[in-house]
Amino acid sequence: MGCKETKSKVLDMYNNHSLIVNPNSKRNLLEKIFTLLSIICAIVAIIPLMLVISFVLIKGGSYISLDLLILEPEPPGDDLLSAGGIGPAIVGTLIMSLIAAIISIPIGVGGGIFLSEFSKNGNFAKFIRFGTNVLAGVPSIIAGVFIYAIIVSTKIIFGSMFSAIAGGMALSILMLPTIIKTTDEGLKLVPDDLRKGALGVGASKFTMITNITLPIAFRSISTGVVLGIARAAGETAPLIFTALFSRYYITGLEDLFYEMSSLSVLIYNFALEPYEAQNQLAWSASFVLIIILLGMNILSRWITSSTTEKNF
Amino acid sequence: MLHNKDKIKNNQSTNNCISFENVSIKYGNSVAIRNVFCDIPRSNVTSFIGPSGCGKSTALRAINRMNDLIDGCQLLGRVFFEGIDLYSVDIDPVEVRRKIGMVFQQPNPFPKSIYENIAFGARINGYKGNMDDLVESSLRKAAVWEECKDKLNESGYSLSGGQQQRLCIARTIAIQPEVILMDEPCSALDPISTLKIEETIHELKKNFTIIIVTHNMQQALRVSDYTAFYNAESTQESNSGKVGYLVEFDKTNKIFNSPKQQATQDYISGKFG
Amino acid sequence: MVLALASVVALILLSIFVVIFFESRESISRYGLNFLITSAWNPVTDEYGAFTAIYGTLLTSFASLLIAVPLGVGTAIFITEDFVNKKIRNFISVMVELLAAIPSVVLGLWAIFILEPFLRPIFQLIHKFLGWIPFFSTSPIGPGIAPAIIILVVMILPIITSISKDSLNQVPQRLRQASYGIGATRWTTIFNVIIPAAISGITGGVLLALGRAMGETMAVTMIIGNSNSFSWSIFSPGYTISAMLANQFGEADGTQVSSLMYAALILMILSLLVNIFAQWAVKKLSLKY
Repeated sequence: MGCKETKSKVLDMYNNHSLIVNPNSKRNLLEKIFTLLSIICAIVAIIPLMLVISFVLIKGGSYISLDLLILEPEPPGDDLLSAGGIGPAIVGTLIMSLIAAIISIPIGVGGGIFLSEFSKNGNFAKFIRFGTNVLAGVPSIIAGVFIYAIIVSTKIIFGSMFSAIAGGMALSILMLPTIIKTTDEGLKLVPDDLRKGALGVGASKFTMITNITLPIAFRSISTGVVLGIARAAGETAPLIFTALFSRYYITGLEDLFYEMSSLSVLIYNFALEPYEAQNQLAWSASFVLIIILLGMNILSRWITSSTTEKNF
Repeated sequence: MLHNKDKIKNNQSTNNCISFENVSIKYGNSVAIRNVFCDIPRSNVTSFIGPSGCGKSTALRAINRMNDLIDGCQLLGRVFFEGIDLYSVDIDPVEVRRKIGMVFQQPNPFPKSIYENIAFGARINGYKGNMDDLVESSLRKAAVWEECKDKLNESGYSLSGGQQQRLCIARTIAIQPEVILMDEPCSALDPISTLKIEETIHELKKNFTIIIVTHNMQQALRVSDYTAFYNAESTQESNSGKVGYLVEFDKTNKIFNSPKQQATQDYISGKFG
Repeated sequence: MVLALASVVALILLSIFVVIFFESRESISRYGLNFLITSAWNPVTDEYGAFTAIYGTLLTSFASLLIAVPLGVGTAIFITEDFVNKKIRNFISVMVELLAAIPSVVLGLWAIFILEPFLRPIFQLIHKFLGWIPFFSTSPIGPGIAPAIIILVVMILPIITSISKDSLNQVPQRLRQASYGIGATRWTTIFNVIIPAAISGITGGVLLALGRAMGETMAVTMIIGNSNSFSWSIFSPGYTISAMLANQFGEADGTQVSSLMYAALILMILSLLVNIFAQWAVKKLSLKY
């Protein structure tokens, strides 16, 4: 067959390298350069987080005091001692996140249940999944513009314009996709055998969902909810012309229909003030906001990691 | 190749291509295989057989330093290729794999066209000849040219499992290694594809030293000239279960007809494994 | 019941479009497509054009992508390859993901007081030596497009990194073995086998990041300078659509509101296009293996 000849002929077409490593060959140098580049990328990528966190901790954390946490902010002026605090903003952030959660959790979990339990791969489900992805990509300021147009400018809610309710609604639009997605994915992970088992012993579909699948998916759904709330709590853009800003504490339920402050809007407003006292309040508010958000993030990580322990 | 005389084993004149010298391989703290001594001859087909968990694949992957990719894998002893210690610090594992090619258990073509699947390896190894010719001759030698010639630009994954595996063989042939390692190349294939691969192996042994891991004794009998039988035993020193070792290595017909060890006899007669 | 809840998503999406379109009708009929190519923004004479803001949106988002993509993919490769031990890689991975949890407004605050003052001398140097290029033709004086680009890089880096990391991790081990088995080096394998196999996911992540960069509001508003006069230079103040909305919406009325709605509509369409393109590209580019 003459295979020997063809083999050696083909072999001649290759450079015959020795097995001994040559650290200065072009190939090995390129390998080292790319590895180095990738290491540099990783280092550069974590520098911003380090810097932001340390500045917020140092500049924000150094002025934290009980007064700062509970007082109402005073009108802007260049006096650090009488600048007041960020109390109403902390309460406002919590209230509006809560309103957003109350609106979006039922809708989001319900929508997620529909996607994974009722219409697994139908065209309508595909359309809703697509819509959820698109909604997740809608810029947050658009949510604010939308709520402004249908709630604030129409004064549709008891004639009030800028209000905590409007702010919470804008935030709920941003939370919704996160909750739908995690519910959908959490339910998908529930093994089908359990569903068949439940239906097989005569449970209705409703009983099956409420007693079998939802409890199993509960942890992943709560992760989604926590992440959704965390995202909403840090948002500013949807609030700046829906909830606006206020310097005062909420005193009753009726205050929900008036302007309300939040940590994020406070940071935005006070960062742009020319006075150092207000800038300092903005740093302190950032400190509090970041502590809240990191706490929620760790909470969601903890929920996820404790899920994996429970294998079914 | 010769500028490192101390690494070169003195019995160069022999017909040995690969030699294991007291090789033990560990994954973290558990020993996969221990104290293997074995000389594998050139231009022959050698098969590694044994029950699952006996470390035969681990031993095979030690030959082209594929185990380097596994975290925590450590080799003691020495593996020689043409008299050179492959685990010496100044050996470039990339060059080792270029000279000792490998075909895997699962067919694993690249998600590229059939043509590119072959041209890629040749190109990165600095092939300077006519690429079309190389692709054709490699596919012919792997006996898959007829199936591929009209769809060289289609994805490698458009082929059937058996054809994919022969494409992978062609890809390995194209870089002109001296040794081809095959790790249970037929375990994912149907009997007809298996037969075709075996025919290909017969053709290839004219040019290459082939080492094949198989769990199929009939296959070892059909394709190989030499056979190494590995077994596993439980030991107290390794808490994670079994440790593999080489029981017997000889000409295939001797292993199958007149083995020296009782364990070999038991295994080939189907008493365990 | 749950069907109705699921439909809420579609309903919200649809009504966002309808409402914004409805509110911007006045401006659309008045300025038509001229709105896209003029830069006037004058509530007194009622002349509006969003060119500066559109240009700013596109420039900042694409420029930040240009920096963040290599950085993010490089980081993802670092995390998925075994250059260093797993603990360090996990640490980097978690750090980058936590970066995504920092609210935009805090990054904006940091950009105003720390980042921009730090970058200004560097920008001045660039202006001094490369000032003949139109993009660097003005002297940096504070807030402007360039620091906005940098802060956008910080914001989209976690998206690109974490999605790239996931896609690289999903490439089956057997492809890596195939490549190493024919004598490919680590980086030959990464460039020729691993990245092509993961490219659909990476592209999806990049487009998602592009969408985020286009719509990103607070940090950009705080640092871009908010000026509607057009300039080629990235060291001069500029505008993006979202910054314009954040800045003016609260106090606007009449035609100005309608014009802002028109701008919002453009932003909405841009981000929708990027989104749909992303979903299409992921399907189109995914390789069978």
